[in-house]
Amino acid sequence: MISLAGRDILHAWGKFIFTGVGLGLLIGVTLTMAGVYRGMVDDGKVLLDNSGADLWVVQKDTLGPYAESSSIPDDVWRSIRTMPGVAEAANVTYLTMQVARQSNAGDQDVRAMVVGITAGEAGTPGWPPQLVAGRQITRGHYEAVADIAAGFQLGDVLKIRRNHYTVVGLTRRMVSSSGDPMVFIPLKDAQEAQFLKDNDAILMQRRRTEANPAFNRPGVPGLLDAVIASQTSNSSVNAVLVRIQPEFSQEEVAEPIRRWKRLTVYDRAQMESILVGKLIATSAKQIGMFLVILALVSAAIVAFIIYTLTMDKIREIAVLKLIGTRNRTIAGMILQQALVLGVIGFVVGKISATFAAPLFPKYVLLTPVDSALGFFAVLVICVLSSIVAIRMALKVDPAEAIGG
Amino acid sequence: MKFPRLQRRTLTLIAVIVPLLVLFIYVAARSGPLAPIEVTISTVESRTLTPDLFGIGTVQARYTYKIGPTFAGRVKQLDVHVGDAVKAGQVLGEMDAVDLDDRITAQQAAIKSAEAALKQALAKQDFAQTQANRYEQLLAVRGTSEESTATKRQELSIANAALTAAREDAARLRAELEALRAQRGNLRLVAPMAGLVTVRDADPGTTVVAGQAVVEVIDPTSLWIETRFDQISANGLAPGLPAKITLRSRQSHVLAGRVMRIEPRADAVTEETLAKIIFDTPPTPLPPLGELAEITVQLAELPAAPTIPNASLRTVNGKRGVWKLVNGDLTFVPLTLGRADLDGHVQVVNGLAVGDRVVVYSDKILSAKSRIHIVERLAGVSP
Repeated sequence: MISLAGRDILHAWGKFIFTGVGLGLLIGVTLTMAGVYRGMVDDGKVLLDNSGADLWVVQKDTLGPYAESSSIPDDVWRSIRTMPGVAEAANVTYLTMQVARQSNAGDQDVRAMVVGITAGEAGTPGWPPQLVAGRQITRGHYEAVADIAAGFQLGDVLKIRRNHYTVVGLTRRMVSSSGDPMVFIPLKDAQEAQFLKDNDAILMQRRRTEANPAFNRPGVPGLLDAVIASQTSNSSVNAVLVRIQPEFSQEEVAEPIRRWKRLTVYDRAQMESILVGKLIATSAKQIGMFLVILALVSAAIVAFIIYTLTMDKIREIAVLKLIGTRNRTIAGMILQQALVLGVIGFVVGKISATFAAPLFPKYVLLTPVDSALGFFAVLVICVLSSIVAIRMALKVDPAEAIGG
Repeated sequence: MKFPRLQRRTLTLIAVIVPLLVLFIYVAARSGPLAPIEVTISTVESRTLTPDLFGIGTVQARYTYKIGPTFAGRVKQLDVHVGDAVKAGQVLGEMDAVDLDDRITAQQAAIKSAEAALKQALAKQDFAQTQANRYEQLLAVRGTSEESTATKRQELSIANAALTAAREDAARLRAELEALRAQRGNLRLVAPMAGLVTVRDADPGTTVVAGQAVVEVIDPTSLWIETRFDQISANGLAPGLPAKITLRSRQSHVLAGRVMRIEPRADAVTEETLAKIIFDTPPTPLPPLGELAEITVQLAELPAAPTIPNASLRTVNGKRGVWKLVNGDLTFVPLTLGRADLDGHVQVVNGLAVGDRVVVYSDKILSAKSRIHIVERLAGVSP
């Protein structure tokens, strides 16, 4: 038996394929948009994965350290370490700031999340779990591991506040929840960076303190120095990352810390809901809204295309009817064409989305589930839109073949 | 003659469709979560390791002399300025004496008056002695009464006592003069040792409290670096070890030094061990006090042992180890780690043998089921 649809496609295959490619680009945009959304959610998840923590201990009643600022003393980890079920506890600081890269072509700055990691060895919570080049930090000061997305290379010197850091290692996909690349530096440096003002500000603060008669008392030499020293030191961190012993459940460890240390503790699921549900909620909805609109527009365009393709050959269909072709055959032809168009469109869309994804400044995650869903959605849209065309084709009067 | 045309059309169609399909399959399999994870592999080698310790510190002077008055007062003169070299015993300045000079003059007058009184007492005692002797002789020949002689004896005793009182009074006044002179001398600000003036806190006319330093002198040959090492990486720090010193102002220049002592008291708040590093030869020009310095202390070389790069370490289920490649499959091996050096090499005490192949770099978190693709260098990393 001759495939009517195949014959018809072959008859004007160039036009058909170009239409498919055009449709494919539209589907590609839709898939990419879904990828952007998935990428946003994934940014939040890798942030949690990369911290290597089971529990996050933060300032009481805050949503820290990612969604809100949180500040706890840097010796709290010691008492947390002694709580039952805690295998490892590590201080960590997070600070999103502009990091300057020094090069011969002048300084450039990139937005980055500076992570202060506690001294220790690789694998400590907060440390980058894996590298793509170089080595982990070994010195307690002035070394950095940077994400490759920030554009750093090994040996680059970057400037945070007034200190210079040598990039000794590179990571990939170590980003903050807003997609900024991470720069890992030793905790003590990071504490200083969080607090350290520029030299002018320090000088002015010193003068202000000197002018305060309560601190600058002639009868008490040394008081002023002590006050200034206490003003320029910082002993706070944003959170304590806790890794629990395998035989304990997260809640078993979290509850005593909440109760006796009077700190807020989040486990992985709560942290994820904070990041996905609160931090990126509005931007995710924005993208989601856009995705829905794009899907509707794509559906409409597919429907129009199939409708016009059918209308183009309305005379041929009339001839077919005239020679006594059954309605089922005609409907099958239109449906098959719509489905082939959809498949071509999906293939082209998937390819274009995959190649376009790395060009985006933020992460675009194309998941196989999304692709499969997209494929079936495209097929359903094609079937639905072909129904309109089929109705048109079946209603055509065979007389038109000889009439008009 | 339709056949060739149709065939050409079919061929073109295949030429379009087939690459598209191939591309699609490639895209579906080689990108996204289904793609194999790119990794690099390293072979465990046996090598010696020279661990280093890294700390930062500030340049300080070992001996700092804070020179100031012991009494509250006003600065009268101050001859030295910051940067001046001073000698031991040199007078740097003087406090205002206020009434001390006048009190010395008064004291001198009082001494003179006491000396006059002493002369008077001496004369009286001399006369009383003579009288007493005369009456003794008269009494011996019965020329006077017993009572008169007793009176003269008593007068002699009184004169002797008065003489002693006058002598001691003069001595007291002289001692008091010495005390005033000592106080006067104490108003001079004297350098106890040769050194360099680093601080001049008050200018002439300024009132200072007792004990407040007016001038600070350091011994420039005694510069050391107060260094802080994180306790977690201070294992093996010992006096006498060689150290490399990089001053913040002279980064290209590495100075030699050594560990002088480890402070018996660590900083409990910052979790740091404190140590003093001294220069082998003091640098010229002298670095300013308080300058930041980076210290790298070299420890003794360790015997050869299986060594891995620290980038290969992973944590899986709370255990630290590496992904070992066995027949193309990944196995996680928990490790007991030994010492590490600053270049990122870690010695393995237990868990790996020389020649084992382990994953060093990877794009993503690995698991035992991960499909891997071994590459020389990960994409996007320049050599």
